[in-house]
Amino acid sequence: MSAPALDPVQATSEEVSATASRRSGKPARTTPARFDTALGWNDRPGVSWALRILLCALALGVFAAPFLTILSGALSTHPSGSSLSFLPHDSTLLNFRVAGERGIWDYFTNSLVIAGGGLLLQLVVCVLAAYALARHRFRGQALIMTLFMLTMMLPEEVIAIPLSLVLGHVPVVGIDLKGTVWGVILPLGAWGFSVMLLTEFMKDIPSEIEEAARLDGVGELRMLWQVVLPLCRPALGVAGVLGFIMIWDQYLLPLIAAKDPTDYTVTVALSILRTDPEVGSGVVLAGAVIALLPSLVVYLLLQRSLVTGIAAGATKG
Amino acid sequence: MTATTIAPDRRRALAKRVLARRAVLPWLFLAPGLLLALVFKFVPMGKGIWLSFFDVRPFLGDKWVGLDNYTRVLTDHRFQDAVGHTLVLGIGQSLGAIVVGFVLAVLLEGQARSLKIIRTAVFLPVVTATAVVGELWRLMYYPTSDGLVNSALGFLGLGPTPFLDNPDTALWATMAMGIWMVAPYNMVIILAGLAGVDRTLYEAAAMDGVSLWQRLRHITLPAIRPAIGIVLTLAAIRGLRVFTEVYVLTGGGPAGSTEVWMTRAYTLGFTRNDIGGASAASVVLLAVTLLLTVCVNYFRKRGDVR
Repeated sequence: MSAPALDPVQATSEEVSATASRRSGKPARTTPARFDTALGWNDRPGVSWALRILLCALALGVFAAPFLTILSGALSTHPSGSSLSFLPHDSTLLNFRVAGERGIWDYFTNSLVIAGGGLLLQLVVCVLAAYALARHRFRGQALIMTLFMLTMMLPEEVIAIPLSLVLGHVPVVGIDLKGTVWGVILPLGAWGFSVMLLTEFMKDIPSEIEEAARLDGVGELRMLWQVVLPLCRPALGVAGVLGFIMIWDQYLLPLIAAKDPTDYTVTVALSILRTDPEVGSGVVLAGAVIALLPSLVVYLLLQRSLVTGIAAGATKG
Repeated sequence: MTATTIAPDRRRALAKRVLARRAVLPWLFLAPGLLLALVFKFVPMGKGIWLSFFDVRPFLGDKWVGLDNYTRVLTDHRFQDAVGHTLVLGIGQSLGAIVVGFVLAVLLEGQARSLKIIRTAVFLPVVTATAVVGELWRLMYYPTSDGLVNSALGFLGLGPTPFLDNPDTALWATMAMGIWMVAPYNMVIILAGLAGVDRTLYEAAAMDGVSLWQRLRHITLPAIRPAIGIVLTLAAIRGLRVFTEVYVLTGGGPAGSTEVWMTRAYTLGFTRNDIGGASAASVVLLAVTLLLTVCVNYFRKRGDVR
């Protein structure tokens, strides 16, 4: 690593306290960018600058460029899988048409219904729970919070086999949810992460606002809908984006909740396309592009709230 | 405000009514969430624990077998291999993703607009569905010399490797994909930690003439320690229950070389119809996950106190 050389120091190191260094460091203030980053990257052209551009290009090549491969493969006429490059050889939409004939749009619709319905249910359920946890005091509050946290530690993977039995015969009511979108949507309803995130956010709303509204005779539901919710719009944005990406990423749940392959979501259906011997990898890639688009759109539109959400989750613990 | 105008006895009655309502109300708000969590999380968990003690026979009725399922699962050599693969994959992936995430974070730290755009692009693997990532990497690992990774290796003068078809390389290939998927997520968390570093410390360090390495070790790393703690917890739990990545990329093959705990349990339960054995395997995984979470939290809390 070649970082810019550090300033020559005149004072002896024992003498330099933080304040002293700030005072004597005044001349260096002309280049404030210098201490902005851990590695002390330099903004001006130089060795460190060139190195940084090179490394950034490498990072882009490793983490972002492969996505261009999917796109170019999906648009290539001869998608033999081996002849992949960043630019399509001769662009065509044939692969998308073939993927359409294999029912990719039906799978896509399944996915959209599940993602839309699942997200709506999840937000409603988690907002209600968070409101109770943040704005009310009741017996067993800590226990309930722990229960919601436990739902995060009980991922579908670990309870897959008994969950598939439960989906086939829901206790007490005895309905068979397999082959319906409810089989995927309902298990996604209570998501501990969203409950925690929204609870933390709602706790920060000053109680004066709530008390004032209460004295004006505002009931609980109106309080939630007209007072609390508008105030936690940022947190709702975060819960929405992360929830959408989490639901779109589901694989095992749609797989075990399906009765037959027509119930699959687009992400699960990719494996059907792949194992179909008559289908080339160009068609699989066309399917991958279709499966990729919604989460990509959501991410690009709302990436700011996503990144702040992840950061907030990390710092709050 | 208006409270002063209400007569004392009316106020007391009102308070009483509100209190009574307030005792029930939270539970009404909690009901949907608790009900869904109960039916689709806790009942399956209980059922899984229950079934793990039975030989599940669809039409003949279940037969109590005690701990037989557990001993069978724990002594099955394919499960033992799967434990090894899960550990190698989980530990390698977690550490790799933290190192790569840290490198990305210090590389892309900064306010410039171009850096923000690069960060947005680098974050793409995280928002992409795992199944799509699996398809992408299958093509990148294409075994002939014109596959993407192999052509890059050819550029360095190395021969083509059939990454996913070779039992010696398949697990490492899966791990590389896992690191690729998670590292940008870690990057964002570590970046948030880096943003909290006191800049005057860097300046003071510069005055002291410390080396870059010392600066990273004594200023940057302690500052992002809480962030690393979070990342580690998430990674450890994620590593244990790894399923989709392996299932879509290799399906556990070739020759079981990438079989992990969950893919094995899935095969046992859904392909071989051994519900009891699969449940026992899931219960073991659940217990280990909970234990791990508790341990990591304990050490993190102790670390915070110190």
